[in-house]
Amino acid sequence: MLLIHCPYCDAARPELEFRYGGEAHVARPADPATVSDEAWAQYLYFRANPRGLHAERWRHIHGCGRFFNALRDTVSDRFVAVYEAGAPRPDAAETKR
Amino acid sequence: MAHAAHRSGEGPSLKFSALSVFFQGLRGNRDWPAQWRSPAPKSAYDAIIVGAGGHGLATAYYMAKEHGMRNIAVLDKGWLGGGNTGRNTTIVRSNYLWEESARIYEHAMRLWQDLSHELNYNVMYSPRGVMMLAHNHHDVQVFKRHVHANRLAGIDNEWLTAEEAKAFCPLLNIGRDIRYPVIGAALQRRGGTARHDAVAWGYARGADRYGVDIIENCEVVGIRRDAGGAVAGVETTRGFIATRRIGVVAAGHTSVVMAMAGVRMPLESYPLQALVSEPVKPMLNCVVMSNTVHAYMSQSDKGELVIGAGTDAYTSYSQTGGLHITLQTLDAICELFPAVRRMRMLRNWGGIVDVTPDRSPIIGKTPTPGLFVNCGWGTGGFKATPGSGHVFAHTVATGEPHPIAAPFTLDRFRTGRLIDEAAAAAVAH
Repeated sequence: MLLIHCPYCDAARPELEFRYGGEAHVARPADPATVSDEAWAQYLYFRANPRGLHAERWRHIHGCGRFFNALRDTVSDRFVAVYEAGAPRPDAAETKR
Repeated sequence: MAHAAHRSGEGPSLKFSALSVFFQGLRGNRDWPAQWRSPAPKSAYDAIIVGAGGHGLATAYYMAKEHGMRNIAVLDKGWLGGGNTGRNTTIVRSNYLWEESARIYEHAMRLWQDLSHELNYNVMYSPRGVMMLAHNHHDVQVFKRHVHANRLAGIDNEWLTAEEAKAFCPLLNIGRDIRYPVIGAALQRRGGTARHDAVAWGYARGADRYGVDIIENCEVVGIRRDAGGAVAGVETTRGFIATRRIGVVAAGHTSVVMAMAGVRMPLESYPLQALVSEPVKPMLNCVVMSNTVHAYMSQSDKGELVIGAGTDAYTSYSQTGGLHITLQTLDAICELFPAVRRMRMLRNWGGIVDVTPDRSPIIGKTPTPGLFVNCGWGTGGFKATPGSGHVFAHTVATGEPHPIAAPFTLDRFRTGRLIDEAAAAAVAH
């Protein structure tokens, strides 16, 4: 089980308190009626699914209830950074420990 | 030429028969020849399959056998059958909801029935029955819908009451006082299990006999394309290999391989866990699945109980998984089968499964000319192995999808023609 640091509660909590929210920074097209089917499919279904650093959403559903983002290495499952929703993805080099 | 002797069925690749087993037994089983060669990669092939799991090896086998392609290679970054082929719970069934799914899984089912004979390799296909338990009103409605849809499609699937389920599988607890009581079950009698390793080995040996090069420890690290964008070859840890056709059959790592050609996929990779118990005398006569509590169990011929658990909540390539996922499954198993409560579990492990948004596979062409993909089998690919390989071989060899594979395009995510087994099959499938 992962131990996840919630940036709002500023505390490490067991994974069971959280819900996974998939890839982060996937922006809904501002005007869906004008985007192509291809772009809409990319938004709905296509994901980076990287082997390595992954920016993803988590929700502290059994805690503060809020969404935040995290950078996690999908091979080691180690969290490299957590940051508030809306903040840009941190540069990977900065977050190397 | 050693090669010719090899293919004629003499010398190194002795056919298996009662007689050969007997004589090798007399000699202490010391003289069995290697079942396939271990060749160095050539500089070019007519086609390259990336991934030597069951699906990839089956693809190569049928490309050679049915489409006459002999100058092909199957590359794997590890050893053949070492990924999900060696990690699954070996369940075979075809009772899917939608016509497209039923067609492809039934295609596989028919191939399973004669596979040992076809490959001259005992894949231990055992149609012992797959019983899916219904625990609530919703399950009952969904399973009955499946039963009716399957019977319309000519696929056997029948509804059992709790008492009938108990009669079919005496070990089952149908008490009303458990957390998830058994209300009824859907049974596919032709469903069952097959020996997962033997499937990979049988296809490997079969493909090798047709001259297919199976190259292990050869990781694809890049896909080279020509000026027109079509594939020109693969960069590997053992050097560049030229080819105009690549079939990617890389399961959980498909997104990674496809990214080498700049193709994004509608896939997410999750760890899926399984575990086995200590071996015991025969006690469980069928496969039992419970989608609601997410547990399934069968007994291998070696006597181990083979138990399938769920996926983790998050994407990962770790090939492990959270212990709480396994524990939840074991809680359910202990309630459904009180007799196993004190048994010890020997091993548990994870495999990385590539899951599509509609829980149906993607088999076909990609935007890159010469690049084909067979992926997205998610948590339930083993059962499809022969059918998947058979239709994908057609796709790679002819450049056009096999009629059975035609609905499973990558393009369906743009057109919206999804084959939504996600809603239909809930989680486990």
